[in-house]
Amino acid sequence: MKRYLEIYGIMLRNSVIREMSFKANFLLWMAVELLWFLGQIIFIEVLFQYVDRIGDWTKWEVVLLVGTHQLIGQIFQAFFYVNVANIPELVRTGKLDFMLLLPMDSQFAVSTRQFGMDNLINALVGVGIVIFALARMHVSPGVGQVLMYLVAVGLGVAVHYSIMLALVTLSFWIVRAQGLVFGYYNLFNIARYPDSIFGKGVFRFVFSWIIPVIVVANIPARLLGRALDPAPELLAHLAGAAVLAVALSRAFWHFALRRYSSASS
Amino acid sequence: MNLSKYAKVFDIGLQNTFVYRWNFLLRSLFGLVPLAGSVMIWRAIFHERGANVAGYDYHAMVWYFLLTVLVDNLVTPTEDEWQIAADIRDGQMNAFLVKPFDYLGYRLSLYASYRLLYTLCTLLPLAALVWYFRSFVTVPASLGTWALAFASLAMAGLIQFFVAYSLAMLAFWILEISTVVFILYSFEYFLSGQIFPLDIMPGWMHGALQVLPFTYELFFPISIFLGRVHGAELARGLCIQATWLLIAWLVARTLFRRGVRHYQAVGG
Repeated sequence: MKRYLEIYGIMLRNSVIREMSFKANFLLWMAVELLWFLGQIIFIEVLFQYVDRIGDWTKWEVVLLVGTHQLIGQIFQAFFYVNVANIPELVRTGKLDFMLLLPMDSQFAVSTRQFGMDNLINALVGVGIVIFALARMHVSPGVGQVLMYLVAVGLGVAVHYSIMLALVTLSFWIVRAQGLVFGYYNLFNIARYPDSIFGKGVFRFVFSWIIPVIVVANIPARLLGRALDPAPELLAHLAGAAVLAVALSRAFWHFALRRYSSASS
Repeated sequence: MNLSKYAKVFDIGLQNTFVYRWNFLLRSLFGLVPLAGSVMIWRAIFHERGANVAGYDYHAMVWYFLLTVLVDNLVTPTEDEWQIAADIRDGQMNAFLVKPFDYLGYRLSLYASYRLLYTLCTLLPLAALVWYFRSFVTVPASLGTWALAFASLAMAGLIQFFVAYSLAMLAFWILEISTVVFILYSFEYFLSGQIFPLDIMPGWMHGALQVLPFTYELFFPISIFLGRVHGAELARGLCIQATWLLIAWLVARTLFRRGVRHYQAVGG
């Protein structure tokens, strides 16, 4: 464990140095994310021109939800996204061989090489929005709620990571894999919607348990902004879904590795 | 001009794409998730409101989003800009410059074949959805509306293609075009009508959007098809769309000409 932490520290340092040598690019990526975020706020404004609430969610609760989604998504992107998104390329070119030869866990090796500082700054924007929304809701959460929120955000990051890993692992079978990376964005597209819009049917079940994108941001947002919701139940649901996602994606990764035959070099 | 060589390129494009059918199939499958999200959030909103939203009822809204997916598949380039930029960066462009071949015509043929196959791949799931929502479907009564909607659709496709092409031309000057592509893509995503019909925005916003090109990349042909624009407004819209098409084409041509002069044929 200590060794992995040390390795990770070195990778982080290298990554920050590399990133600081492309400052313009760094700023532009931040701008992209900010634009994206602004668009979502406009979307909420437009919707709430016509209604006062969506299901049991008020406008500022939805803003809290979108801010939370931003926070979780950006933390995931900062630590894992670039690395995991690069796996199909490693498989296609056979460079994965070198990663497998390293004296460490293969999943750790492919998941942790680069780190996105711009994403971390954008995560702070998410935090700002969350605090702003809480102020507009006139809610000041207790210490317990904030702690639960932080745990839930961490679980959310784990879900993001696992789903993305499972998607790109398909690239062991499918050579051209841009579609898989798009799959990540498409799936998490619905994560920023209030959970109550999904009704009670099969769709809600599948996307709350099997591909648990609905609960990823909704449960943390409920824990922080709505003291009346049953916190232990919600947290247990998210923890269960996250553990399941992590275990299944890791099993799938190992299953795929077994059939990896490397690219002809 | 000899068109047969471009027809051949079109055919090569079809074959190339078919090799990657899994990629296509997955993309179209995952593409259904945001659609489901849109349908469900509007179901909740109409349920809450119990009345129309800017002239749309729930049925019209669902039909709008189905059309959005169809039109998006028909006109939005998926990989063209990356491929063109790669041609420039890796020096592949050399092979085109020495042949009696118009690069823009070549890319346009490829674009057309990609869009055709992509639409065919997504047609089956989409047709199933349209059938499921069949009582929501309305089509224009007059042939004139059909014709205008298709003309506008063709212009939307060309605008999107020229925009993608122009963006890719930046690769003549800068190494990495992805940030610029994604900035424009964010504008297109929110302002072309993908996540909500633009005419439900407050009037001044919608008005301001009508002079920008994004409306004409997706929303405008759909709103003609749905019979939401008429008369003078329709004519004005078509004129603005044609103007943007002309501008996009000129920019694409100019950037190519300038770019080739700047080109250093790295690695080719």
